[in-house]
Amino acid sequence: MALRSMVGANIKRKEDPGLINGAGKYVGDIKLPGMAHVAFLRSPYAHADILGIDRAAAESRQGVHAVITGADLQDKWETVPVAGGRKARANYSHYAISAERVRHVGEIVAAVIAESAEIAADALDEIVVDYAELPAAADLLTAYAGAAPPIFAGLDSNIVDTGEKKSDDVDAVFENAPHTLRQRMHSQRVAGVPMEVRAVLAAPDAVTGGLTLWTSTQIPHGVRSALAEALRLPENTLRVIAPNVGGGFGVKNQLYPEEMALAKLAQLHNKPMRWSGTRAEHFISTTHGRSQIADVEVAFDDEGRILGLRLHVIGELGAYPPFYDIAHLTGLMATGNYDIPAVHFKASNVFTNTVAVAAYRGAGRPEAIYYIERAIDLVAGELDIDPANVRRRNYIQPDQFPYKTPTGSTYDTGEYEKNLDTALRAADYHTLRTEQAQRRADDAGSLLGIGMATYVEMCGFGPYESGVVRVEPSGTVTVYTGTSPHGQGLQTTFAQVVADEIGADYDDIVVRHGDTSSQPVGVGTFGSRSLAVGGSAIVRASKVVREKAIKIAAHMLEAAPGDIEFADGEYRVKGVPGSSLSLSQIAKRAYSERLPDDIDTGLEGTDFFRPPDFIYPFGTHIAVVEIERETGLISLRDYFSVDDCGPRISPLLVAGQIHGGLAQGIGQALLEQVIYDEQGQLLTGTMMDYTMPRADDFPHFSLDQTVTETTLNPLGAKGIGEAATIGSTPAVVNAVMDALRPLGLRHIDMPLTPRRIWEAMQSA
Amino acid sequence: MNVSMTINGEAVSREVEARTLLVHFIREDLDLTGTKIGCDTSQCGACTIHVNGKIAKACTLLAAQADGADITTIEGLAENGEHHPMQTAFWENHGLQCGYCTPGMIMASAAFVRDNPGASEDDIRHYLEGNICRCTGYHNIVKAVKQVADAAAGGA
Ligand code: FES
Ligand code: FES
Repeated sequence: MALRSMVGANIKRKEDPGLINGAGKYVGDIKLPGMAHVAFLRSPYAHADILGIDRAAAESRQGVHAVITGADLQDKWETVPVAGGRKARANYSHYAISAERVRHVGEIVAAVIAESAEIAADALDEIVVDYAELPAAADLLTAYAGAAPPIFAGLDSNIVDTGEKKSDDVDAVFENAPHTLRQRMHSQRVAGVPMEVRAVLAAPDAVTGGLTLWTSTQIPHGVRSALAEALRLPENTLRVIAPNVGGGFGVKNQLYPEEMALAKLAQLHNKPMRWSGTRAEHFISTTHGRSQIADVEVAFDDEGRILGLRLHVIGELGAYPPFYDIAHLTGLMATGNYDIPAVHFKASNVFTNTVAVAAYRGAGRPEAIYYIERAIDLVAGELDIDPANVRRRNYIQPDQFPYKTPTGSTYDTGEYEKNLDTALRAADYHTLRTEQAQRRADDAGSLLGIGMATYVEMCGFGPYESGVVRVEPSGTVTVYTGTSPHGQGLQTTFAQVVADEIGADYDDIVVRHGDTSSQPVGVGTFGSRSLAVGGSAIVRASKVVREKAIKIAAHMLEAAPGDIEFADGEYRVKGVPGSSLSLSQIAKRAYSERLPDDIDTGLEGTDFFRPPDFIYPFGTHIAVVEIERETGLISLRDYFSVDDCGPRISPLLVAGQIHGGLAQGIGQALLEQVIYDEQGQLLTGTMMDYTMPRADDFPHFSLDQTVTETTLNPLGAKGIGEAATIGSTPAVVNAVMDALRPLGLRHIDMPLTPRRIWEAMQSA
Repeated sequence: MNVSMTINGEAVSREVEARTLLVHFIREDLDLTGTKIGCDTSQCGACTIHVNGKIAKACTLLAAQADGADITTIEGLAENGEHHPMQTAFWENHGLQCGYCTPGMIMASAAFVRDNPGASEDDIRHYLEGNICRCTGYHNIVKAVKQVADAAAGGA
């Protein structure tokens, strides 16, 4: 493919030929000779002491190699990494196989190693655990209110972490404001549910004395570092491989107990071992997302200008959370796209006896935008002003960037009003409002709702990312990235970047990732960072190659390096078009004996990119819904998404990220919810009970864009992985509430199921 | 017990336990790992294959029930080294991201379009209810299937 300027081209993915024919290998597809299988016994209680474990019957079953309990390993490893540093790890953590106490349903209490997965699973039934059940703190508000016992000894309450930001004048602003309103809102607990359940395969490495671990993760390097520490092994004896990974969405973004357990057991038994989780195990053992309750209060004037915001977030941590940051991220984005002068933000993070709440697509930012976008619509409703106009009146203006928010973010660039107008045009907003007025006048059987949301989000998490660009002697190019894509299509995107940066043929580029033994040390794929941070590292590594190629070309063309230009994918003497050299010709020379002494052999570059700050993509979404009066049934009639992520390297893939994000955000608005009962039993533990969005839940998505570059990286690109999830949840809820406004309904908590809508309509 | 069947045009015969699920037989005994497992409750469709020309969720059948059957999995869908049009359409339309749901999606869609050339977007969305994808929002999957359905109707 000789097309120059691959960047911005719509091309088919490099990843797909190996996936459309079933050849892709995910962890559960990999078999090693002599491999044993592991199954985990998990706690059926949310909170209990382990008094004893009788494993004799299980161990004597044919085909069972061993049954391992937490007590067997307690002194042989460290506890599972949790948020809060050394003190938390000592006091608020557990072993990968818990030894004394369990704090959520699904916590591992024993492992069976057997010849086959079936035998291992059968043996679980014959392990008898003597538990003493303890009262559980299963409900967030109860735990917050102090009405449940602390889940860790030494704590006075289950509130472990708080943060507060307060503008000096906020209380005065509220006192003097012409209007104020407040609303409690839930961003309910949801599950990431990547289609590939987590799986781990561990094998001893006779050469290093360490291990190779294949795992379904977003952060192979992070897993390696954390595992080395937890198992007390030198980091360089561990090799972590993330082969094909079947989706992550944030929930494969930490070291899990199963990874530690498989590694430890493979090491102790000197044998390769695999665990492939079931979907039921996934729901009880993989971190969930959101689960916040927020009290939102706004002060505003007669024109709808927001004068002040108070936001108190009660965020659920579950037990053993890997991070405390989620609610703090909510705080950093609390004011959304708006210039709100006075803010009081407070976060209260609360332990409960449930599986940890951690990163899920957007992590903290969807919650923030949900609260502020709902609040804007409440203000619009209160004053009877078009919600688009309330937004317009409050936007941060283009000349205010870089813009410092009262809660401590610095937004890089933005043009919110232009983006809003693009969306209003795309949706033909005024025609929709006319149709709605007509419908209302006719008292039609189906209610029409039009909802919008403007979002901005912080992404491009550091601290750094790495890239290697190697031109092989033949002129083909191998690229290595420290990111770890699992569906994002970075092999394609990074090849596009490199093709343009050094004049390589796109088809001759191979991009490798997800193996700590061959990649430069990297961070991984999460937080919409891979292109902005990882892609920028690759731009920098490409530059090293290009500069060297220019030097070699100068030597070959007998010119001064300053006289060589890289243009149209070729290296040539400025102003002498006939003099050009291709990358392959230069590569051949780079590995030959015919290099001058002052040029080192080879043609490759390694570099890192350290982003100076976060980047802030934004957009406007408009949802159009119909609600059947008789049944409360909601159908999403149209959806318009206008996203601004800066220049798009792979437009087709950007659209794919938006589609997927929309489905997840709409899923939270209308369908999805993780429910625990008051004993901490998970009621939504299968795909029969947890509503996954299906193809017929969605209309055709209409996409458009504005393009505002960031100045903070060499690509000008912002992230797009989480954006659509963030914009879509409030857009849909605003649309539903807009439909119900004539009935006097102001707010209903998600998910907006037909039952909830119907009940609200009855009570109206 | 012994089971025999034809898989992707090849006769196979193996000893299995009576309780062995067809999906495990295909993946573990025959090493055809293109057929995926995404749930324990027959919801996700990641395991979709063709049994005697009809689609089936391989996690809902015992290997023994498929004794004597003619089975096609994703590995056997291409013919003479040429991708099936549904595979091509998924590639061209960016109908996959992580690829985990893809084999099941393609197997289900290929059978659907064969039986319903010219299917509408609504038909396709409704039909795909039995296959869950968490990555694509279904948008480009529907587009890919529609492209093949349109082509099939045009050629009929
Ligand atoms: S594995 Fe989910 S339907 Fe078969
Ligand atoms: S492409 Fe990932 S689940 Fe469908």
